[in-house]
Amino acid sequence: MSKTSITSQGNAIRTDSLRSVIALACAESRHLLHVLYALQRQFLHISDAALREVAAYLDIPISQVDAVVEFYSFLHKSPRGRFDIMFSNCTSCGDPELLRLLCQRLDVVEGESRADGLVSIDQTSCIGMCDHGAALLVNGTPIAHLDAGMIERIAILIETERPLADWPAELFVVTGNIRRAGLLLNDGLAAGDGLRAMLACGATGTLGEVIQSGLRGRGGAGFSTGMKWQFCREERGRARYVVCNADEGEPGTFKDRVLLHSHADAVFEGMTICAAVIGAKQGFLYLRGEYRYLLPQLQMVLVRRREMGLLGTGILGKIGFDFDIEIAVGAGAYICGEESALIESLENKRGIPRNRPPFPVTHGYLGQPTVVNNVETFAAAAHIALRGSAWFRKSGTDESAGSKILSVSGDCAKPGIYEYPFGVSIRQVLDDCGAQDVQAVQIGGPAGTLIGNAEFDRRLCFEDLSTGGSIMVFGEKRDLLAVIRNFAHFFAHESCGFCTPCRVGTTLLRKRLSKIAAGRGTQYDLDEMKRLAALVKHRSHCGLGQTASNPVLDAMHRFPHIFEQRLAQSDFEPYFDLDAALEEARQVTHRNDAAAHLE
Amino acid sequence: MNEDAKMVTPNTINIDGQDIPFTAGQTIMDAAFAAGVYIPHLCHRPGLTPHGSCKLCTVDIRNRIAASSPSDRRTQTKFTVDADSRSVSACTTPAAAGQQISSNTPALNEVRKTITQMLFIEGNHLCPSCEKSGDCTLQAVAYHLGMLDGHFPQFFPRREVDASHPTVMLDRDRCILCELCVRASREVDGKNVFAIAGRGIDAHLIVNSPSGTLEDSGLETGDMAVHICPVGAILIKEHGYEVPIGRRTFDLHHVGEAGLEKVVLAKARHHDE
Repeated sequence: MSKTSITSQGNAIRTDSLRSVIALACAESRHLLHVLYALQRQFLHISDAALREVAAYLDIPISQVDAVVEFYSFLHKSPRGRFDIMFSNCTSCGDPELLRLLCQRLDVVEGESRADGLVSIDQTSCIGMCDHGAALLVNGTPIAHLDAGMIERIAILIETERPLADWPAELFVVTGNIRRAGLLLNDGLAAGDGLRAMLACGATGTLGEVIQSGLRGRGGAGFSTGMKWQFCREERGRARYVVCNADEGEPGTFKDRVLLHSHADAVFEGMTICAAVIGAKQGFLYLRGEYRYLLPQLQMVLVRRREMGLLGTGILGKIGFDFDIEIAVGAGAYICGEESALIESLENKRGIPRNRPPFPVTHGYLGQPTVVNNVETFAAAAHIALRGSAWFRKSGTDESAGSKILSVSGDCAKPGIYEYPFGVSIRQVLDDCGAQDVQAVQIGGPAGTLIGNAEFDRRLCFEDLSTGGSIMVFGEKRDLLAVIRNFAHFFAHESCGFCTPCRVGTTLLRKRLSKIAAGRGTQYDLDEMKRLAALVKHRSHCGLGQTASNPVLDAMHRFPHIFEQRLAQSDFEPYFDLDAALEEARQVTHRNDAAAHLE
Repeated sequence: MNEDAKMVTPNTINIDGQDIPFTAGQTIMDAAFAAGVYIPHLCHRPGLTPHGSCKLCTVDIRNRIAASSPSDRRTQTKFTVDADSRSVSACTTPAAAGQQISSNTPALNEVRKTITQMLFIEGNHLCPSCEKSGDCTLQAVAYHLGMLDGHFPQFFPRREVDASHPTVMLDRDRCILCELCVRASREVDGKNVFAIAGRGIDAHLIVNSPSGTLEDSGLETGDMAVHICPVGAILIKEHGYEVPIGRRTFDLHHVGEAGLEKVVLAKARHHDE
């Protein structure tokens, strides 16, 4: 950047170009994250001037724009490289060694932009490519199957400044990896089939079918979908809204990626059926920022559905059946998968979970009754509208009707999508995915449950082990403590910061684990960690904090040896490491000889 | 309080064995406050929208309907301490007839002490050099809970001081993110001067102005937002140590006394002086 003094003329030009980007973005959508994304893409960051212009254009406080920019991981206040790389740090689709290699190869300090502005490299939470090996996002587009050779190719493409559009297409191939199709994935559903069945049966009749089917929320919490729709339908409001939660952020989960890629019609159809049932005119699909690459084709599906009369005014010729769907794209915040935080994000705010009650079903988007359901839930609802509740109930267990689409990843031969009737045993899943010498399985992602081989006969269903879809397999050779540390880091990074127990507690857990991993922990540290984990779990504001210490508690309960074998042979080790504290002085003085160390 | 409404709905909740009446629309905190029962809190102030972020007012409710909220994942694992009780914030949870609430118990006060320690160590709280010492609710709550140390290692964050305003000083080192100033400015002053930005442990107080500093924010000395800070993050300039240590609010009053808010707000003219 030049050092010439900024003239008022220069300022005016800059302001004009900011305003034109903002105006263009707003013509597409006035959602704040969309406008900020457009600015970030054009100017590689959101400058203070941009903050002021956006606030003025959208007529919202500057502090609100600022707060949002600083909340979401994909938005930046200082310039990123022209090639901005976000390397997944998930245990399934990340690889710290390859990240280091790329940083080294391109001479980039992790987390910073290179001085010439060409490239920046940073870590990001799971990007949902867990069935594709190590993966990264370059300017938002995923590249998977990374290895040392791929890293070299990418480094060359960046150094030769080849525009991303000209990179070889095979780099960007993402496949569905559907290994086992079941009730939903086997069931052909042509666009409009579910809607026609719904109209034939009537909205009330269809609601009855959805209730009868026993369909429960596929995000993991498992609330009755039909009851949620009914509560919303009965609630008085100026308007009602349908929101599809496609903010699939739980590490190890990628089934929504595949559903949105290959079964988007079923998802949109389910949303439209819900709209008819509750009387909504407007729907939103909240797509996680990591899946932005799916946006063009999702928009195409929406356009096609409007052309087919499946969205818009007078759907399928029925007067008064008006409904349309807008796609809002997130910007790197796991917490926005929490339904009320998602709604806050839709309302151009930071993704802070609301106090409940009231629940979204009575006070949701813009304070109006709102149904928020998972991608898979809407897809299942569309199939139920067509096939009926009895068809659905034939699969699964008493309390968990139907099927569950699993994202299986980690140490197994065949990672991918597996659809089973509810009630399937963990052992069955492990056999099918070719997992051998399994040490542990993380069910439902870091927020879920970690089990060992004594429990592989447990079943996947709401009565036993519930999951939003993530199944992560850890073989005998895995350093399980490193996995737990990875999860602790994840929660500390993704905590929204609203409530004290989660904001401070997740960071304290992360630090305590580091101390133990470094061989400086004692029994005292284990006791402390247990006490802290219980407090975070029971006293946090929302589901994130309430589950953040699950990996620590599960591991301490089922795999105590991974901690105990690292303990120092003393009653107490202080947190403060005198020798480590001298590191800054060593760096400043360029010394690393024996005399510069205490030991 | 509307006395008529009280007559119409003679409902009660029970806190630590004591029956406490409530009226429709009241939270557990409202009902406790009206009955003179102290539930420790930092981010709550009667008259402002309840927030529920500090979690000091955490209480346990027993004997609620077994089915908890659908997103309450605590019930899904074996580590649930007691399936018959659930933890809520008293300041945001509506009072409901028959609630059996634990509040002033050794276990809950231990939880509160730990949360208070968390608030101390995540910021830079150096009481002896802070003008707010003795008038600081965080400090008073810490004494009330018997907190003798920070327990956890200090985070020592680097936070910005904003001294740009002619009469008001913002020292973020002491901010506990309670958002009382955010709400007071928005709901009482009608100005919207403050907001929280960032995420997780990096969350911090920001100022809603073109420069991002207080000088062009429209904040005035008389604003409630200036006086409501429970700690020493927002201070009025040129009014240091007018009330000597030993004669300050919490030297003379227990933090649980009712009506202290007024005392704290009118600090410069101490009502006992």
